[in-house]
Amino acid sequence: MSTTEAQVTATPVRRVRRRDVIWDWLTTVDHKKIGILYGVTALFWFVVGGIEATLIRIQLARPEMQFLSPDVYNQIFTMHGTTMVFLVGMPIAVALFNYLVPLQIGARDVAFPRLNALSYWIFLFGSIFMNFSFFLGAAPNGGWFGYAPLTSSQYSPGLNIDFWVLGLQALGAASIMGGVNFITTIINLRCPGMRLMRMPLFTWMAFITSFLIVTALPVLAIALFLVTFDRFWGTNFFITQAGGDPILWQHLFWMFGHPEVYILILPAFGIVSEIIPTFSRKPLFGYAVMVYSGALIGLIGWGVWAHHMFAVGMGPIADAFFTVATLIIAIPTGVKIFNWIATMWGGKIRLHTAMKYAIAMLVTFTLGGISGVMHATSPHNLQQTDTYFVVAHFHYVLIGGLIFAIFGSLYYWFPKLTGRFMSERLGSWQFWIYFVGFHVTFMPQHWIGLLGMPRRIFTYYDELNLGALNLLSTSGVLVQAVGVLLLFVNVIYSVKRGAPAGRNPFGASTLEWATESPPTAINFNTTPTVHSRDPLWVEADRIEATVFGPVEPHLHMPPNSFWPFLTAIGATATFILFMTNIWWMPLLGVIWTAVCVINWAYEPV
Amino acid sequence: MATAVAAETHGHPPHHAPTATGLNTWKLGFWVFLGSETLFFGTLISIYMVYKGQSVVGPFPEDILDIPLTTLSTFVLLMSSLAVVLALEFLQQGRRGLALFWTMMIIVLGSGFLGFQAYEFTHFYKMGLTLQTNLFGSTFFVLTGFHGAHVTIGVLWLLFLWFDMYRGRLGPQDALRLEVAGLYWHFVDIVWIVIFTLVYLMS
Repeated sequence: MSTTEAQVTATPVRRVRRRDVIWDWLTTVDHKKIGILYGVTALFWFVVGGIEATLIRIQLARPEMQFLSPDVYNQIFTMHGTTMVFLVGMPIAVALFNYLVPLQIGARDVAFPRLNALSYWIFLFGSIFMNFSFFLGAAPNGGWFGYAPLTSSQYSPGLNIDFWVLGLQALGAASIMGGVNFITTIINLRCPGMRLMRMPLFTWMAFITSFLIVTALPVLAIALFLVTFDRFWGTNFFITQAGGDPILWQHLFWMFGHPEVYILILPAFGIVSEIIPTFSRKPLFGYAVMVYSGALIGLIGWGVWAHHMFAVGMGPIADAFFTVATLIIAIPTGVKIFNWIATMWGGKIRLHTAMKYAIAMLVTFTLGGISGVMHATSPHNLQQTDTYFVVAHFHYVLIGGLIFAIFGSLYYWFPKLTGRFMSERLGSWQFWIYFVGFHVTFMPQHWIGLLGMPRRIFTYYDELNLGALNLLSTSGVLVQAVGVLLLFVNVIYSVKRGAPAGRNPFGASTLEWATESPPTAINFNTTPTVHSRDPLWVEADRIEATVFGPVEPHLHMPPNSFWPFLTAIGATATFILFMTNIWWMPLLGVIWTAVCVINWAYEPV
Repeated sequence: MATAVAAETHGHPPHHAPTATGLNTWKLGFWVFLGSETLFFGTLISIYMVYKGQSVVGPFPEDILDIPLTTLSTFVLLMSSLAVVLALEFLQQGRRGLALFWTMMIIVLGSGFLGFQAYEFTHFYKMGLTLQTNLFGSTFFVLTGFHGAHVTIGVLWLLFLWFDMYRGRLGPQDALRLEVAGLYWHFVDIVWIVIFTLVYLMS
């Protein structure tokens, strides 16, 4: 904030301040602020995606409902999936990476702060762009997996798929830049003594997730480029008449799509690995094995993609290979589950709401994991594929795994973000309502699926006798909605009126709890030196002496920059202008971006 | 995206405190980015290989690819990597004139390669091979086109570095800036070696 005294006195104080605050957020390169921006944006899209889910369930509540037309239904379920994966699951994990990773490794910011801001702004503009399609009545409608040749201009002539391919392209680029940033940050910006095998588990999972992001997202980028070229310039990649192979799209999509599953779940594993030791008052059981099994999941996660494609008919050898690979991945995952249980074993367990969510995650994720092992077996899979059984499975792992962990993380780190506790009373209610609502929604879908109801179909006949189970499932959604509403009430209430929390209210062991709540702009007055995995349990006094000691001399923090914001406008505009179908229009975006990039490069930091 | 990463590593290197590994943060970040790029080109090349021989109508690769000509353009591009090595060496030694000369040589050779590519593309177009003609056209133009776009970004990046050097704003102490651009250039070069082998020599 560069407002001078003169300016303050010249204009009414309140207005100047507000403008300065907005300017500060638009130009910020502070990892904590960018983390909050990511988190707030992702929670907003979580509500949008939740509304879409509710619309889907209302349509399916009774047989032959006319609530949504088939066309609108296609748009809603496509955007529900796309939103929850790309606009909620990934960014909310990135929000936590941003806020926590530098704090946990004793750094002052990420390696490339401006690139970090650019990632956020492209993500924001890309997400708005994709959802803007609703106002044109042309939201993407080809499923979140966008199978070829349905996405070709022959079968999807409207703007719907254009929004999808161009929007995802922007989001993917933002993710890759984020991944590069976090890998570099974690390798290079650790404080003295923070050896790799001393890093908190959450940072480890962020590290592995980032590797998955930088390797898997380029594959999606290419796949999307091919569809874009097919649609805009008449190439033949997925045009069957010209010899194009739609199965190639499936391979490319799932080569990205399965690592993506671990991109979503590994951060949740990291969160739970932080919450459980804190509320059990015990170090994490089998730290090294937890790290290795996380890495193994990331590695094997690259070799299981075709288990999404058993129904394609790839032949017995491919089917057998991908079945075995998928079953093997259950082993490191199981190791993690047992280690969490062993961490709790004999500990002094405190059932804080965060801990309740962590335990609920363990139970629910395991249930989802077991149904996953069921359809990992290729003969079994043919019965279950594309039915509600699969829908039940991945909601058990993604809501039961990811969202439970995210909600838990909110209760856990909220005091660090704001200096105040979230209400425990409200939290307990919120937890139980959401937990029950979740299981009432998705448990019946196992039976609905086994009875043969397919996914992505907008209605079903009364004679199938699926009405009662579907109604039960829909009623659960309404309970979940109450749960989410209570969460927001709790957040808004607690930001202003929560009980003051102090620095380390839960007695946790990792470095982020050594800072003020919320941390100062420089995080640590002097960079700490650690000698153990649980510094605040083993060496708290010494750590605090450095963190709150005299401020390091010659400290240089990167200044705010407006160029990431402007560059993101140019980059997103380039994608949007493709929609005009005038060949030179995207060049305007390119020129704008180029001007910004040059200014960026010569900006003093 | 390459441009954004380039921008981030283009300016004056921040005088960071010693890093956890002793590696320079810029260089490390750029290596990670190149790792990501490997997957990007790896996927494109795989798609070319998967669709090889699947075109329903001609022209087919053997009718149209001119190996002697492309060998020449490949030689030009490979020599530009030599120029990178020399430019960096002279910049680090503080021999400004030679550094300027060899940086310009990278730009000239890179532009020469792009010229060859422009000639090749228009020639193929006249022979009846376009993006839309068949799978060969689609995969060939998209693969080599993306590569050409990367070379173009590299040429522009080096132009800015050359001007900075010329105006005395890039000396031996900031040689890292040229080194990182050089990493990018070598990478794009290596990708071309793979493309030349798989697309041209093995056609």
